[in-house]
Amino acid sequence: MPTDPLGLIVDDCERGVFRVNRQVFTDPEIFALERDRIFDRCWLYAGHESELPRPGDFRSRRVGGRPLIMVRGSDGRIRALLNSCRHRGTLVCREPAGNANSFRCFYHAWTYDNRGHLIGVPGEDAYSEAFSRAEFGLMEAPCVDHYRGFYFVNFDPHAEPLADYLAGARAHFDLLDEAALEGLEIVGGSRQYSMRANWKLMMENGFDGYHPSTVHHRYFADFLSRFGVKPPTEVWAGGGAGSPGHEPRPLGNGHAAVLYPLSSARLDVMGKAAESELKARRQALENRLGAERAAVVADGAGLMLVFPSLAIIDGIRTIRTAYPLAPDMVEITAWSIQSKADSAELRAKQLASFQAFQGPGGFATPDDIEALEACQRGFATNREVQWTDVSRGMKRAHPWISDELQIRVFWRKWHDLMTGRRREDYGDRNGAGASSNPQEPSR
Amino acid sequence: MTVIDPTGAAQREVEQFLYREAQLLDEWRLDEWFELMTEDVSYHVPAPDALTGDPAAVVSLVADNAVWLRSRVAQLMGKAAWAENPRSRTRRLVTNVQLVSQEGEELRVFANFAVYRIRYEIMDIYVGHYEYRLVRREGGLRIRERRAILDLESLRPHGKLSIIL
Repeated sequence: MPTDPLGLIVDDCERGVFRVNRQVFTDPEIFALERDRIFDRCWLYAGHESELPRPGDFRSRRVGGRPLIMVRGSDGRIRALLNSCRHRGTLVCREPAGNANSFRCFYHAWTYDNRGHLIGVPGEDAYSEAFSRAEFGLMEAPCVDHYRGFYFVNFDPHAEPLADYLAGARAHFDLLDEAALEGLEIVGGSRQYSMRANWKLMMENGFDGYHPSTVHHRYFADFLSRFGVKPPTEVWAGGGAGSPGHEPRPLGNGHAAVLYPLSSARLDVMGKAAESELKARRQALENRLGAERAAVVADGAGLMLVFPSLAIIDGIRTIRTAYPLAPDMVEITAWSIQSKADSAELRAKQLASFQAFQGPGGFATPDDIEALEACQRGFATNREVQWTDVSRGMKRAHPWISDELQIRVFWRKWHDLMTGRRREDYGDRNGAGASSNPQEPSR
Repeated sequence: MTVIDPTGAAQREVEQFLYREAQLLDEWRLDEWFELMTEDVSYHVPAPDALTGDPAAVVSLVADNAVWLRSRVAQLMGKAAWAENPRSRTRRLVTNVQLVSQEGEELRVFANFAVYRIRYEIMDIYVGHYEYRLVRREGGLRIRERRAILDLESLRPHGKLSIIL
């Protein structure tokens, strides 16, 4: 019997109760429903314009389960072509990246230009008049758009515009882009890894402010201490209270951020060593934007989650996607995104900062993965131990970053999509009781 | 440059050194292993999609200098490196050892590796080759540069690189 997604989350703001049924991490039917109602409906991050600087530049990507060719055509436009030959389905591009005028399927040599047009069919005279090259170009993802150079795709032809979908998250892309001064670029190389656990654990953990003091103890206590940097214990203990600038913030439409001052995001010695160049950049920002805007752009940092699968960690200038392959397997890719204005010296330090914390060989990420894989193994009990608790800080007037407001925002959006509802406010005040107008899913 | 004799004493010395190093790592004697490093050591694992890149300009999986590597060892030998506590079992197969060149005090060495990591009844295999710069010091060879270049295209399904390759 199919699971009714309505009962999978208990959201009671009156009592301060928020529970998630652990089937959501294990059940193959729920996983199939997620593919249909989330990954086939939401805008999914596919790449940054700086990765395709010249006409013909392409990157092979797997997004929302589909193999895509992100390519800048000879007309200068960036497209998301579905990487499957219109003849028999073969991948027409089997290289991870490069520059090409055309993509030739090696199976029967059907050839497409870098805008997707079919330009070559060997022995074309064998086809009837019903056959038309114009109808057999590589198909594109139904919707492709970008915001400030961040490209997203949507497999729902009726998707709302990207700018509307991003809602309050747009302001964070603005900050990131403006702070770069001369634009952003993805640095060469990436971290491509995976986790033997459900993708939603990755999203929860991505901006969970409750776990760093325990899971990342070694990063703070051993690594940073070697540079004379003390762990931010007051922030962990005090959360938002008494820690100005620390705040979890719903951004609308299921997106949320954890905000903190950049000073604490750049705690490690790399940031300190780069101080003079960062100061000069701050001055340049003031000259361009005025003191007030420059302060907002330069002094704040955040960890933003764009529903469903994108995390932007601007303290260490990281972009990370987590796309599921199975209920207990998620494919993760992390890129370093930096200012084009960086000197070689600053770039090296920024990369080192990214290196120390983030990534499968870093001093933090392996422990995150260990924790989440341990959760997944624990879920083998979920017939008896049915519920995960996400209620931390639910009754607090001003939630701390070590509370779980931002995680509840994620779950509320997830629940809405799975049950075909939509609410205006994903914060704690409008919980289950207030999210009226339940509608049947349209598909 | 000295002509290398593949059957000579230097080749045998390098082989024995690498085998000994692998044993220390497999036995989790990481403090003793770290004693084999020079004070200016670097340990580099390039990202599989940027194998030849300079770690100062492109993303790496690991790019440790001596301070970082010392910290990595201390973390792994401590209690809070949760990805390795409880510790995984590992077995390093180091083969095809070639003393590539010998210039002044520096020896360049190439070797293949397969590192098996076993944990929770799952075995992950890391395959690739090493590029070493070794120097001769009192008491034997020391490691100045250690590059572990993976043949893997990504860390999937491994997920993490929580051990020293």
